Amino acid sequence: MTAIDHLLIAPIVVPAVTAPVTMLVMRRRRHFSLCLSLAGCVAMLAAAFALFALAQDDRIRAYAIGGWVAPYGIVLVLDRLAAIMLVLTAVLALVVLVHAILTGADRKGWHFHPLFHFQLLGLNGAFLTGDLFNLFVFFEVLLIASYGLMLHGQGALRLKAGVAYVVVNIVGSALFLVALGLLYGLTATLNMADLAVRVAALGPADQGLLRVAGLLLTTVFALKAAVVPLHLWLPRTYGATMPAVAALFAIMTKVGVYAMIRTVPLIFGAHAGAAAWVPAPYLLASAILGAAVGFVGVLTARGLREQAAFAVLASTGTLLIAVSGWREAMLAAGLYYLVQAVLAGALLFLVADTVMRRRGQYGDALASSPRFADQDGAGLLYLSAAIAAVGLPPLAAFVGKLLILDASFGVPGWSAIWTTILATTFVGVIGFLRSGSTLFWKSASDADPIACPPRARTDFFAPALLLALLAALTAGAGWMTAQTHAAAAQVMAPSRYVTAVLGGSR
Amino acid sequence: MSLEFLVASAIAVLVAGGIYLVLRARTFQVVLGLTLISYAINLFLFAIGRLVVDAPPLYAKVVTHHADPLPQALVLTAIVITFGMTALTVILSLRSFLEAGTDHVDGKPDASPDADAGARA
Repeated sequence: MTAIDHLLIAPIVVPAVTAPVTMLVMRRRRHFSLCLSLAGCVAMLAAAFALFALAQDDRIRAYAIGGWVAPYGIVLVLDRLAAIMLVLTAVLALVVLVHAILTGADRKGWHFHPLFHFQLLGLNGAFLTGDLFNLFVFFEVLLIASYGLMLHGQGALRLKAGVAYVVVNIVGSALFLVALGLLYGLTATLNMADLAVRVAALGPADQGLLRVAGLLLTTVFALKAAVVPLHLWLPRTYGATMPAVAALFAIMTKVGVYAMIRTVPLIFGAHAGAAAWVPAPYLLASAILGAAVGFVGVLTARGLREQAAFAVLASTGTLLIAVSGWREAMLAAGLYYLVQAVLAGALLFLVADTVMRRRGQYGDALASSPRFADQDGAGLLYLSAAIAAVGLPPLAAFVGKLLILDASFGVPGWSAIWTTILATTFVGVIGFLRSGSTLFWKSASDADPIACPPRARTDFFAPALLLALLAALTAGAGWMTAQTHAAAAQVMAPSRYVTAVLGGSR
Repeated sequence: MSLEFLVASAIAVLVAGGIYLVLRARTFQVVLGLTLISYAINLFLFAIGRLVVDAPPLYAKVVTHHADPLPQALVLTAIVITFGMTALTVILSLRSFLEAGTDHVDGKPDASPDADAGARA
């Protein structure tokens, strides 16, 4: 093994080292600790880019941890999809961390930086792992960190939402274990590649249990992804969280979708007998509902953060519409949409933060208030974020939706898909128009003046950066879609994954 | 009655009790419910390697009859994780009770002291 081979584990090792070190240094030397935290994020970004470059040769790489070969040991697997997700996570993490430091959000409690890096550890691990039980463990890591981050800053409202969030996720984890248990009982393995092989060889008596396992597994991922009707925890949680943290959480729902994209074609693909594509019929319906519920929520939300949370829901729904067809072209369009949806969701939360910080007692409530500082700049940012979230030209969501519409043309149920995407976009536009005009155009000059200290404009930096990234995604849409097409091709050819992990012996 | 039936019904009873308690309105009961569910899950995982009596999970030349060691390792991991999670939920509900002044999962304050006493009785 050369150093390049070991690079595969870097996205897990770097945050795992950074987190405890920042915790140790934080109390004595805050600035040094901040530098360490930023350096950890930059190193992770560098590793992610290196892995992305590595994945360009279209080979799927497996890394056996401790040299224990699959299927006995735990493997990490790098393909194009994992590489894209790693880069996306690292970029988002760096932007959010810069925003948190600039706005002082990380100073509301002691352990922001360690928790932040543990969260990244869980995310990266979930993207890289090739073992289902290991996926469960990394899900737990990212969830435990997210509990801490979600409660960061505390307050009664946040604690109330936190209890519900934790309980829902613990029940979800229990279901995950049931699904894992069933799969292990059927196949005596939890390595994803090995599962793909053994599922195909199951006898007729086990097909029913296999279907149950497949549906349970997808249900768990749907819960994590906040797919309607399992979405009820999301608006309350994200609406009560500190916006800088919620911006990082924008990628957490997409982890659920990623896990579906990873497991369904591989384990429950065409080779799986009675369990082939078992979640597909339910997914399209709930995805359509999800897009509808999300954008209607955007219209009816009472606060900016709640609105952003519903926009995240809506983007997950739209993304799942593309995923649920399990076709290469649709998946490629969906992956492009995923990348920009994460950035757009984070942008909405960060813009909500810049507005909240200037409105004093009015907070993020969607009600008219007296003019606040930097109202025009914040309004412009909000306009761009709304365009990015809802899918109007010129930003990337428009391209993403266009790609999904184009790819789904002619597949069964395409008329429902087209109707949903076009109608929900319209509802979303109205929603953002309503809230934007209330916030930035109507000012109640006779209301109580805003009690708020003047804020430096540094908090415009991170949202502007995200906006620039979205613009770059639009400008580079050709290159990006070539990437997602190649990634989707790898995902939809599970035999390549199996060969890469288990070698040519099977 | 077979061993499988006994274990399966034990899991079923635990899950039923757990679901009932998780759906209750007070955090303490919810925590208890989560614990019951996690017990059930651990038992389930343990049984998933098939129930084998009097067989070691280790490899030795003289032993011909093995128990599957992997589910036991999985259960151990799951127990550790659920233990941590339960501790976190307990602390969280305690903080929520102290900050919001109620142990209701929705965080809504109780209507009045009398109604509260009635609900607990």
